[in-house]
Amino acid sequence: MPRAQTNNSTLLDARALARALQRMALEIIELAHGTEVLVLVGIQRRGVELAARIAAIIEEKEGVRIPRGAIDITLYRDDLELVGPKPVIGATHLPGDLSGKHVVIVDDVLYTGRTVRAALDELADFGRPRRISLAVLVDRGGRELPIQADVVGETVKVRPGGRVDVRIEELDGRDEVVVVEGP
Amino acid sequence: MTATLEKDLVGLEFLSAEQIRLILDTAEPFKEVSERQIKKVPALRGKTIVNLFFEASTRTRISFEFAEKRLSADTVNVAASGSSVSKGETLVDTAKNLEAMRIDMVVMRHGASGAAQFLGNRIRSNVINAGDGKHEHPTQGLLDMLTIRDKVGRIEGVKVCLVGDIMHSRVARSNLWGLTKLGAEVAVCGPRSLLPRGIEQLGVRAFGRVEEAIEWADVLNVLRLQLERMEKGFIPSLREYYRVFGVTTERLERAPKPLTIMHPGPMNRGVEIDSRVADGPHSVILDQVTNGVAVRMAVLYLLAGGRPELADAAKGGGSE
Repeated sequence: MPRAQTNNSTLLDARALARALQRMALEIIELAHGTEVLVLVGIQRRGVELAARIAAIIEEKEGVRIPRGAIDITLYRDDLELVGPKPVIGATHLPGDLSGKHVVIVDDVLYTGRTVRAALDELADFGRPRRISLAVLVDRGGRELPIQADVVGETVKVRPGGRVDVRIEELDGRDEVVVVEGP
Repeated sequence: MTATLEKDLVGLEFLSAEQIRLILDTAEPFKEVSERQIKKVPALRGKTIVNLFFEASTRTRISFEFAEKRLSADTVNVAASGSSVSKGETLVDTAKNLEAMRIDMVVMRHGASGAAQFLGNRIRSNVINAGDGKHEHPTQGLLDMLTIRDKVGRIEGVKVCLVGDIMHSRVARSNLWGLTKLGAEVAVCGPRSLLPRGIEQLGVRAFGRVEEAIEWADVLNVLRLQLERMEKGFIPSLREYYRVFGVTTERLERAPKPLTIMHPGPMNRGVEIDSRVADGPHSVILDQVTNGVAVRMAVLYLLAGGRPELADAAKGGGSE
């Protein structure tokens, strides 16, 4: 097993992750010039939980409710033949028509950019937002498409073959981000 | 290791409980796609699917076609009448000619039991059985199971009774295989002449009186009485059948608890089922139709995925 050769290192512990989300929330409010037309859309699975956390922070600061949605981009991927069908596809639900809104897509890790490309395609089938931005907890580099994030929690360079594992309380029992270097 | 499907979907007899669960779980998110304003996702873009129907069908063919179109596949419908089949071409020749035009999947209904398996063994494209003779109609079995799971909340331990012509019914066979694999208790009810001999040996209860079935069951799946059966002498008359086996309000009122009522369609109102039952509060007959599209989308999607051995190479890490 190649496991013995891998080298795990913690990129963010629970407190650092919380601070990163606080800062991302503030940046999102600035980016959207307030909260009036702001909609947060998380990408299944961990993006959905992260969007919920960021929404809670914004709601506390601003005293307003932030409409939230979730999308599963599996059916919009361009590599079904390559990766095979995903075992379980998550739910997609959006808070009504997105036309005229400022949608902020929230995901855990930005890597090749293909997930975001698929998310943009999927969102286009739900209306015509005035603007779409991207917020990610970790940008690990390695883009294969001309896509960049507007709001980033942490930037790290991870070589192909390595992994960035984002764990969050609601799904994994604890908050942390771990970089697993490949063999 | 999660379950995957083989090249073809021939029948539920050949699937494991895990594979059946995979299809039902995959169908869930597809329900939502049909509720969207734009009822379409690009998952099967560029795939070509031929719907090859050697027997008449409205519901199943339309349901498959909606499923294919909502996944962005390109579809062609071939009916036996008006095609080269009526000029004497064999099934394999028809299919090989279609394959020569570079198709990816064939959805086939055929009058001969075993036709889907036969074809699947001879062509490279995926074959989905949309009903073969008296053998199986797997997507109908799957949509029935999805509907039971939606309505009752589970399949394991649920008491399901199939009522009517069990012997000639591919729907019954797919239901029996699928439901027993997922741990439901299954029974059949109908005139002796329409129950397969020795069915009890498969662990299936057989009721000779519909009143007993109603007292026992949580769910009744009422099958269509095919009129040609009467002509062949299996039952004395349609009126007689309704009097003895008809699922009526009066009979259901005597049940200890309300029963969920299913019917794969097309219905003969006043033959196997009372109109008031079919349109009543416990009927899920139209939910079955809705679920049919989602289940067929799930099957098409899972069969199209194909090459999981390349998964690791493509994943590259992260959550992407």
